[in-house]
Order: sequence, then C-alpha cells, then structure tokens
Amino acid sequence: MEHLELFFKSIFIDNMVFATFLGMCSYLAVSKKVSTAVGLGAAVIFVMAITVPLNWLLDTYILKDGALAWLGPEYAQYDLSFLSFIMFIATIATMVQLVEIIVEKFSPALYNSLGIFLPLIAVNCAILGGSLFMQSREIQSLGLAFNYGVSSGIGWFLAIIAIAAIREKIRYSNVPAPLRGLGITFIITGLMAIGFMSFGGMLTGGEDEETTEQTAIVAPAENDAVEATEDAINLAENEKEIKE
Amino acid sequence: MGLLSKKDAKLITDPLADNNPITIQVLGICSALAITAELKASIVMSIAVLFVLGVGNVVISLMRNIIPSKIRIIVQLIVVATLVIIVDLILKAFAYELSKTLSVFVGLIITNCIIMGRFEAFALANGPWRSFLDGIGNSLGYAVILIIVGFFRELLGSGSLLGIKVLGDPIEKTGVYAFGYENNGFMLLAPMALITVGIIIWVQRSRNEALIEDN
Repeated sequence: MEHLELFFKSIFIDNMVFATFLGMCSYLAVSKKVSTAVGLGAAVIFVMAITVPLNWLLDTYILKDGALAWLGPEYAQYDLSFLSFIMFIATIATMVQLVEIIVEKFSPALYNSLGIFLPLIAVNCAILGGSLFMQSREIQSLGLAFNYGVSSGIGWFLAIIAIAAIREKIRYSNVPAPLRGLGITFIITGLMAIGFMSFGGMLTGGEDEETTEQTAIVAPAENDAVEATEDAINLAENEKEIKE
Repeated sequence: MGLLSKKDAKLITDPLADNNPITIQVLGICSALAITAELKASIVMSIAVLFVLGVGNVVISLMRNIIPSKIRIIVQLIVVATLVIIVDLILKAFAYELSKTLSVFVGLIITNCIIMGRFEAFALANGPWRSFLDGIGNSLGYAVILIIVGFFRELLGSGSLLGIKVLGDPIEKTGVYAFGYENNGFMLLAPMALITVGIIIWVQRSRNEALIEDN
C-alpha cells in the first residue's frame, strides 16, 4: 500500500516537470520529436532507478547524522550531511559514465538508442533533484527509494512525451509569430501543469478539506487547459485535412 | 565604462537582453521557476547564482589547460558542487528561514544548465578576466528574468513586495482592497511561473523580430 501510494504520488501529484520544474532544460530542448523524447525519457527512468537507491545507501550509511555508527561507537558523533551535494553529484556523474560503458559493451542496440542521451543526463536537474528530494522527504527504506526513483522517472517520461506530441501537432497551427517555438511551449506546459494539479485530491479521497477546496478552484481551469490542447489538436487536424 | 573595453562590456550587456540565458538560450529554467513566488527568494537565488557562476567561471578558466577533456564534466561538477556547498552553508547560518523556503533548489544550482553551459561554452576557451565578466553578465541576465517574474507573482498573488503589503491590507479592506480588489491566489501556484515566462518571451520577441523562431 505504502509502495502504491508513493508510486502514484510521484508520477501524478509530485510530477517532476509539472510540480517542481525539474529537468526543464532538456525537457524543452529535446521535445521537438516524439521518438527522441521517448529515448531521453527511457534513459532518465533507467538512470534514476540506479542513482536514487544508491544515493539512499550513501545517505543512510555515510552522510546522515550518526550514520557512521556502524563503524564503531566513536564514529557515531559525525554528521557529514554537508557533503551530500558533492557526494550525490559525483555518484550520478560516475554512474552515468559507468552505465554508458557497460551498455556499450553488452547491448550495442540499446546503446544506439540511449547512448547519445546519457551524457546529457549527468546534468539533468531531475536526476539530482530526485536524490535531493529523496533525502529531504526522508524516505524510509531502500525499496521505497527504488520505487521513488522509478516512479519519478516515469512521471518525467510521461511529461516529455505529452509535450513532444503536442509540439508535433502544433507545428500545423497558426501561432502568433513571437510566441512560436519556445513561448508557446512554455504556455502549454503551464496549462498542462494546471491540469496535473487536479490530481492533487487523488490520494486523500476528497476528505481533506483544504485539498478539496484547491481542486474546486482548479477544476474549471483544468477544463480550459484540456480544451485549449484539444482546440490546438483539432486545429492541427483541420489544417491537415485542408492540405490534403 | 572606462575600465572595460567595448568588447568586454558587450560580454556583460549582451546576456541582459538579446542573448538572455533564460528566454533565448533556454538554460537554467530548471531551478529558476519554482522559487519565484516571492520576490525575496528570487533575489537571494540570483545572488547565489551570481556568486557561483562568477567564481566558478574564473576557477574553470584558470584550470582549463590542465583538465583532461574526457573527465571535464566531472571536474566541472565538483567545482560547482563545492561552491554551492559554500552558498548553502552561508544561507543556513545567516538566513535559515529563507534556506528552508529554497529547500532543495539551492542544491539544484549544481545542475543549473546556465552554469554548466557557460563553463563549456566560454570558460574552457577564454582567460580568467573575460570569463569572470561573462559569468557576471549571464547571471545578471538570469537575475533580471527571475526578478521580473518574482515581482509580478508576489504583487498579483499576495499583494505585497518583499513582504511589505504595498496594496493595502486584504483583511481590513484598506488600499485598493477597499474598491473590491482581490488577490489572485492562482499566481502563487507553480504553473503561473511558466505562463509568466511565456508572456515575457512573447513581449521580448514582439519587440525584436530577429529573435522569432520557426515553428
């Protein structure tokens, strides 16, 4: 149950892109085509599934206040948590390189589809963000940490595929010139984020008063977002028909 | 500017408008948007990035001839991570409340693409002084957008600036609230940051036609 809750929570409610804006740089840069977006998204899931549990181990057995107690009682007083940034990023950077080398050796086919994205991932904020959130939300066990890594990765994957699909369609619509490209992508992402906020009440079942209120405010806006994207898609389809 | 030659001055002024890191180069959006609900947090974040990018650019530029190109990303990450730890500890010591608001986003300066982008594109190929100016210029460009977004979100969302209630008191109905004005709480929610930046991009590109992209 705990696992299921964390799983859905990290995909929909705390979605990396829509709730915390992590990994926006590659999200905007690599979302022009669905096929490349799938490649990058898969690589993110993969790397997060490895680095989050690994950093959890680091955090629990080396960095936390009193974590060194397993070495002997005299080490129990050390608190190395100020080193966590540097340790986490070093783990991520080396893991990414290691994964790249291993994948290249054992699965050239996978390397060809994921390979070019792996170096990009070392500096993707979503990866480091996943580890930092894992630390600040005090995730309890290794299993949950793995779950958190995979599900946040899936959330990011969903987001980049959705935006890539919309951007492929929107190419056929008549966007005002200054908004073309980056501008409209930002605004669509904003609307999608509003849509994702409606998942906020999912886990509380509407019992929590505050959340219900929030969803009530958000609900009409969410319809707008859906309508707006639907409009965009309809428009694109109409224009396609006209062309044909 | 007597101190700077024309070429050096351009390094600072360019990123402020026509080569802005956020709206044109699309770098560093990651950690920028989430913390702009308050003007104060935006300003502190800008100062943190100014420090990290300014100093980091100089360090990388000084080491550029001894870094083997194969492991340069790890070297760069270590340099940034060290600087960010300094910023984080200073914030925790002198502005604890604020460092709680910024939470993980201070740590995320490490993977802020502006920093890695400038290291790669500029500091690895230029001398320390020019790299320093480039770092300052780019972080000022980043700061401008953050402060504009923070200004509008705090003003429209909670009717205050830097925590001072400039529009009057919403509960006692003074100032503009006396005429039935209401705070737009929606501006405080995360998605509005994206839409605000979208509008900034719109305004900027309408003023300068050369920046318009193809679909």
